[in-house]
Amino acid sequence: MTDVTNQIVFDDVSKFYGEILGVNRVNLSLGPGITSLVGPNGAGKSTLMNLMTGLLRPTRGRITVLGTPTDQPEQLFSKVGYCTQFDSFPRGLTGREFIRAFLLVNGFDRKRAEAATTNALEQVNLLDAGDRKVAAYSKGMRQRIRLAQAIAHKPAVLILDEPLNGLDPMVRAETIALFRKLAAEGLHLIISSHILHEVDMMSDRVVLVNNGYVVAEGNIHGVRDEVTDHPMQILIRCDQPAKLAAQVFAEDNVVEARLHNDRGGLFIRTRDADSFYLLLNRVVAAGEINVESVAPVDDDLSAVYGYLISSEGG
Amino acid sequence: MSSTAEQIPVKIQKEPLPWGLWLRQIGAIFRLEIEKNFLGRRSILLYLLALLPIIPLALLAPFTPPGEEWQDISRYSMIFAIFYGGLVLRTVVFFGCAWIFMNLFRGDIVDRSLHFYFLSSVRREVLVIGKYLSGLVTSIILFSATTIICMLLLYFPHFPSESSRFFFDGPGMGQLLTYTSITILACIGYGAFFLVVGLFFRNPIIPAIVLYGWEWLNFLLPPLLKKVSVIHYLHSLAPIPVSEGPFAVVAEPTPAWIAVPSLVIVTIIVLVIASYRIRHMEIRYGSD
Repeated sequence: MTDVTNQIVFDDVSKFYGEILGVNRVNLSLGPGITSLVGPNGAGKSTLMNLMTGLLRPTRGRITVLGTPTDQPEQLFSKVGYCTQFDSFPRGLTGREFIRAFLLVNGFDRKRAEAATTNALEQVNLLDAGDRKVAAYSKGMRQRIRLAQAIAHKPAVLILDEPLNGLDPMVRAETIALFRKLAAEGLHLIISSHILHEVDMMSDRVVLVNNGYVVAEGNIHGVRDEVTDHPMQILIRCDQPAKLAAQVFAEDNVVEARLHNDRGGLFIRTRDADSFYLLLNRVVAAGEINVESVAPVDDDLSAVYGYLISSEGG
Repeated sequence: MSSTAEQIPVKIQKEPLPWGLWLRQIGAIFRLEIEKNFLGRRSILLYLLALLPIIPLALLAPFTPPGEEWQDISRYSMIFAIFYGGLVLRTVVFFGCAWIFMNLFRGDIVDRSLHFYFLSSVRREVLVIGKYLSGLVTSIILFSATTIICMLLLYFPHFPSESSRFFFDGPGMGQLLTYTSITILACIGYGAFFLVVGLFFRNPIIPAIVLYGWEWLNFLLPPLLKKVSVIHYLHSLAPIPVSEGPFAVVAEPTPAWIAVPSLVIVTIIVLVIASYRIRHMEIRYGSD
């Protein structure tokens, strides 16, 4: 039995905008750590995020965040911080005033609000720019001030819609490090992004969304294992690739063996990676071929995304 | 691939209502909104509206206009009653309240910043009260000032000493306070109405114009329908009754002890509707 007070739970959730499908029949249970929502534009990522923050109401089903229903904002947002994609702010405020104002709306007293504001600005490296008007900020700074606002009240769940958009490479790296630190502290981070290698790098698990449906979820390697209609590609670097090709071709599970262009390795496509690795162990143990390295080529997010989303027609 | 967590029943304990927290939150919302109301870019129209009745009276101040009625201070009460009812109450206060209160939520939707409130740990009812109070204080300050300045500008430049007697030894001060009270009640009633209109209509101008027509045609309505308007109760409180013309359907004015509580009760009901609406509201800026 899963403890719902430590999970974000979607229970058969659908959302329709009139007759247009937002998301359909979503069942998810997300625990602590970094979960990335991945999918093409219009797939339903932002809809899922808006649903889990109560900005949208499900047409059907029920959502709870750490046990709190999403239609109770007064309880929900003591636990949740949401950095939306909306690039707009109340007019005339400095970064510091913006964060402090909404901490006061949250019910913080002035002293606590001031301390939490400084802390949040520090975390996103905006302490120096805190007293400048938000209207004068660059896109990256606006992104960071939104992030600061989302984390200022120390939520247990942080929901971030495309949080790396507009950030330069240096700040991206710092921001990812901040996400990792927060996840290590036990927070739930739900991040949507279309930059797959960054998602791959920082996520504990992914949720692939396409056309309003969750097409896969879990650890990226686990998800890859479930994609059985695309044989896994493995690159073996060795001294005798042609000899290795002849040996592995005898196996039923190997559907393709192709020499690498530099003739120093072999590409294998296999329907059963576990059996193939056993075979490879036997070859290495026999001592006929020197194997330098073995690396799966397509068990990263980018490949899985390509297989799943293209097979969905997205 | 997906999994669903089994639900563990959570024991809900009844706790005392957090009035202190709510008051703090109302204060924070009020401060944010009042600054926006007075200093935001939308406030320019408000200042122009508030000045609208003051400008003609200020232009008339240096000289007494021709015409018998302008030469006799005893007729000024009637002049002000007509001026107040036609320009201040029905135009400035009405459209001023429409602008302030419809923009409390609609303005944030247009600016795409309402979600910051919705993403705060605040009851939506508290948000409605905080915003409504900010609109109320803004409208009361602006339009009460307009009412007071207009009355003083009408009397003092033309009959300085008689006006002093009228205000300090006669019925003037009572009339001034009554007109100011009517302005305040108008802000309370129209404010609540326009707050709700801003929540229910994407283009609130149309319902505002419909209400404006309804309020202007009030004199033609049968007595029962007259009671379904704000202006009827406000007129009932006026210190100087003004004739509504030969086609007016005459109805008994509602006594103040009924008119004032009625307006307040209707306001509370309308605010409850606003709270219900805001509680179930979604943020979909794209469709707004």
